[in-house]
Amino acid sequence: MRVNFTVNGRRQEADDVWEGESLLYILRERLGLPGSKNACEQGECGSCTVRLDGVPVCACLVAAGQVEGREVLTVEGLAEYAGQRDRDRGQGRVREGELSHVQQAFMDAGAVQCGFCTPGLLVAADEMLERNPSPTDADIREALSGNLCRCTGYEAILDAVRLAAARQEEAI
Amino acid sequence: MASSTPRTSTTPRTSTPRTPTGTPTSLTQRSRTKGGIGESTLRPDGTLKVTGEFAYSSDMWHEDMLWGHTLRSTVAHAQIRSIDISEALAVPGVYAVLTYDDLPTAVKHYGLEIQDTPVLAHGKVRHHGEPVAIVAADHPETARRAAAKIRIDYAELPVVTDELSATAPGAPLVHEGRDDHHIGHVPHPNIVHRQPIVRGDAGAAAARADVIVTGDYVFGMQDQAFLGPESGLAVPAEDGGVDLYVATQWLHSDLRQMAPVLGLPDHKVRMTLSGVGGAFGGREDLSMQIHACLLALRTGKPVKMVYNRFESFFGHVHRHPATLHYEHGATRDGKLTHMRCRIVLDGGAYASASPAVVGNAASLSVGPYVVEDVDIEAIALYTNNPPCGAMRGFGAVQACFAYEAQMDKLAAELGLDPVEFRQLNAMEQGTLLPTGQRVDSPAPVAELLRRVKARPLPPERQWLTAGEAADVRALPGGLSNTTHGEGVVRGVGYAVGIKNVGFSEGFDDYSTARVRLEVIAGEPVAVVHTAMAEVGQGGVTVHAQIARSELGVTQVTIQPADTQVGSAGSTSASRQTYVTGGAVKNACEHVRERVLELGRRKFGTYHPAWGTAELLLESGKVVTDGGEVLAGLADVLEDEVVDLELEWRHRPTEAFDLRTGQGNGHVQYSFAAHRAVVEVDTELGLVKVIELAVAQDVGKALNPLSVVGQIQGGSLQGLGVAVMEEIIVDPVTAKVRNPSFTDYLIPTLLDTPAIPVDILELADEHAPYGLRGVGEAPTLSSTPAILAAIRNATGLELNRTPVRPEHLTGM
Repeated sequence: MRVNFTVNGRRQEADDVWEGESLLYILRERLGLPGSKNACEQGECGSCTVRLDGVPVCACLVAAGQVEGREVLTVEGLAEYAGQRDRDRGQGRVREGELSHVQQAFMDAGAVQCGFCTPGLLVAADEMLERNPSPTDADIREALSGNLCRCTGYEAILDAVRLAAARQEEAI
Repeated sequence: MASSTPRTSTTPRTSTPRTPTGTPTSLTQRSRTKGGIGESTLRPDGTLKVTGEFAYSSDMWHEDMLWGHTLRSTVAHAQIRSIDISEALAVPGVYAVLTYDDLPTAVKHYGLEIQDTPVLAHGKVRHHGEPVAIVAADHPETARRAAAKIRIDYAELPVVTDELSATAPGAPLVHEGRDDHHIGHVPHPNIVHRQPIVRGDAGAAAARADVIVTGDYVFGMQDQAFLGPESGLAVPAEDGGVDLYVATQWLHSDLRQMAPVLGLPDHKVRMTLSGVGGAFGGREDLSMQIHACLLALRTGKPVKMVYNRFESFFGHVHRHPATLHYEHGATRDGKLTHMRCRIVLDGGAYASASPAVVGNAASLSVGPYVVEDVDIEAIALYTNNPPCGAMRGFGAVQACFAYEAQMDKLAAELGLDPVEFRQLNAMEQGTLLPTGQRVDSPAPVAELLRRVKARPLPPERQWLTAGEAADVRALPGGLSNTTHGEGVVRGVGYAVGIKNVGFSEGFDDYSTARVRLEVIAGEPVAVVHTAMAEVGQGGVTVHAQIARSELGVTQVTIQPADTQVGSAGSTSASRQTYVTGGAVKNACEHVRERVLELGRRKFGTYHPAWGTAELLLESGKVVTDGGEVLAGLADVLEDEVVDLELEWRHRPTEAFDLRTGQGNGHVQYSFAAHRAVVEVDTELGLVKVIELAVAQDVGKALNPLSVVGQIQGGSLQGLGVAVMEEIIVDPVTAKVRNPSFTDYLIPTLLDTPAIPVDILELADEHAPYGLRGVGEAPTLSSTPAILAAIRNATGLELNRTPVRPEHLTGM
């Protein structure tokens, strides 16, 4: 089958898609967007978290046909998306080509080690901060509890999200 | 080019010296260059990792590539009567189906130490999930469906699953006709290796004891559960060789095992490290490396293999589950008299790293304590359980779990504070280990315990004080609780551990670094090339810091790791910053000497300091000890390129005597202590770790941010095995019951406590910069500290990991 949808603001078309393929497979193997990671392909680890019409989902659990005509945001489009959102909100600090607050904070706080969980965490964390700009620690833990990380012990990830929230607030 | 051959520079005027050995710490220069050691510089691969552009091994892609898939045994132990691949071959889109019969050479087995692992099962399978056949097809699903059409006729055999069944009279032998070098000293062919350690007279010392405590402990099978699945891309080359892009912990070890099976000389198997999504020991053994290359060579097309999570649980070795029997004695005034222990590690169907794990478990079984009279035995079994090998902590983890439980038992018997009792017996610099080795660098065991104990405890339980305002999300079990805290009790527990750093027992543990210094666009630039596997630990960050410190440049390029440079050894045993870091430092020092020689030749006549003073490279300049600038590096170098590839070794170690266990087996030790605070819902049997404070001596923190990250991450893996992580193997069929992230649980952000880290930096004078390996020690003491806290909260004995609700509720 053929699937038409939008990824990171660009129209995409995938041909000869087998019905059993997941959104994750289409992104990684057909569209050359391997940023969403394939750690469990069972919806347990969150490494493939993308936004489907704005809602965070595990791309491995979304059948290819389900994305027809819809909008997907992956980690590859996160900086641009966050930049546009910040400009729309009058927070002009984020320039084109610059990393989003949450991306920069993950680097600064040491929240990236092997980095395999990072793309999914970034998409999930950015979405949470969009909804809830001043999260408590309990909010962060709950929002990101579907994203497994095996390297960091999560402390640095908590630090990063707190840092991103603070910088986001500062930018207003 | 053979890996041990020094590579010459492409620039004719630069020569490559012979390989020096020894410790060049005397050449160290003080560093004032920005971004050098001691700073929390950021990862050079960080931007790529946060933008999704970093290419992990499962992201590799090649035009016209095929997908490989592995068919694995559905039974644990069976004769293979026949394999019929005809239906699989007939599936449209299938390019190759290979079995044992298709292997190209007489070398059909591999292994880290003992070559007992078949590339593809031949004659029999020895564990559930063993690879039997491989398929290449044009779509991963085609490959999977074709593999499912391979017909295998198994005649099931009885399984051995523990010491009793493995060593019973007439027990099936996992490996008949063993001829490895351990067979001569093991009491049974189903025992891989045995290491006793006898020192003093434990029997006589026991007679002096006022109290004697014994304990039997069980440590469950833990999985590394790295997130990036085993994967890679093999590309056949025109010269008949193959290029493999793969996630591994040691490129040259893979190469050594692969080339003979493929029937290719080393230089025709070109390995390049692709992005590694964590390792923790689980990538020391081969997984898909040979399979992908075989399929690529057979089909003439690039072949990508990616395990899914289910397959990943079968595709790598796990942490050895263990049973441990301990006896300790102490006098009334709290001094340890003796220790006797027996540690039985289940190595599963193939040897992997089991012999080395046995050596570690035995030699570190006494823990960081002074005990002069010991009688120790550690063994690893061959069984039909999943193969076990390297995982963070490597044999020391299981022992720490047991000896720390024993310390608490003894303290309780004697009516002493558990921390004070440990401090009373803590080893220190100069202590003699049971192996007869003297600890010749700082061993701040008592101090680490003091630090975690002195830290203020987290606030009292909010369930007792906050009433309606209490946040029930923080209860054990979170929102799914049925109490509001009334059945919740708190406990505090302590533990400390000792881990060796680097490869032990006489292993030639070296690393190689190539460093080039040249001027690019007017700026001096250092290029560092090693074969070190960056698995997330941050080695690449530290190498750049070392080069900045040693060469006084700000711009450093880290070359991708591959087999075009000599071996770096394994990214394991907490050794890479020490050994490959040491190699980079060593190479930089020789480059620096070369640069200063150049400077003396060019400018020596203009300033007397060139001839006399101790010169430094700093911020792109040659400066005197007093800070006077003599020349710019760019002016010294001009169009010269200084390019050196050198090997570097730490101090040699010795094998342990096979009867007495005596020998200077380890090169360095690393120490961490934990205090765990837990809350337990005694009605539901749920545990919440509230805080996991840790103190660790790192010798010298080359990158404090990375060091803290390693310590927190290691601590959390210890938490995982304390309360949730276990691969469950059916004791009757030896089949794995929970190979998925649905059923094998690893901690989430909701399971994770605050992990405050307290770092000591007591230099080890024998190590580069005084550093100590960091990555493993925090995994040791985390588990027993949590167990101690749960015991403290509940009063239960709890002698196994992980603690499950039924253990706490008595069901």
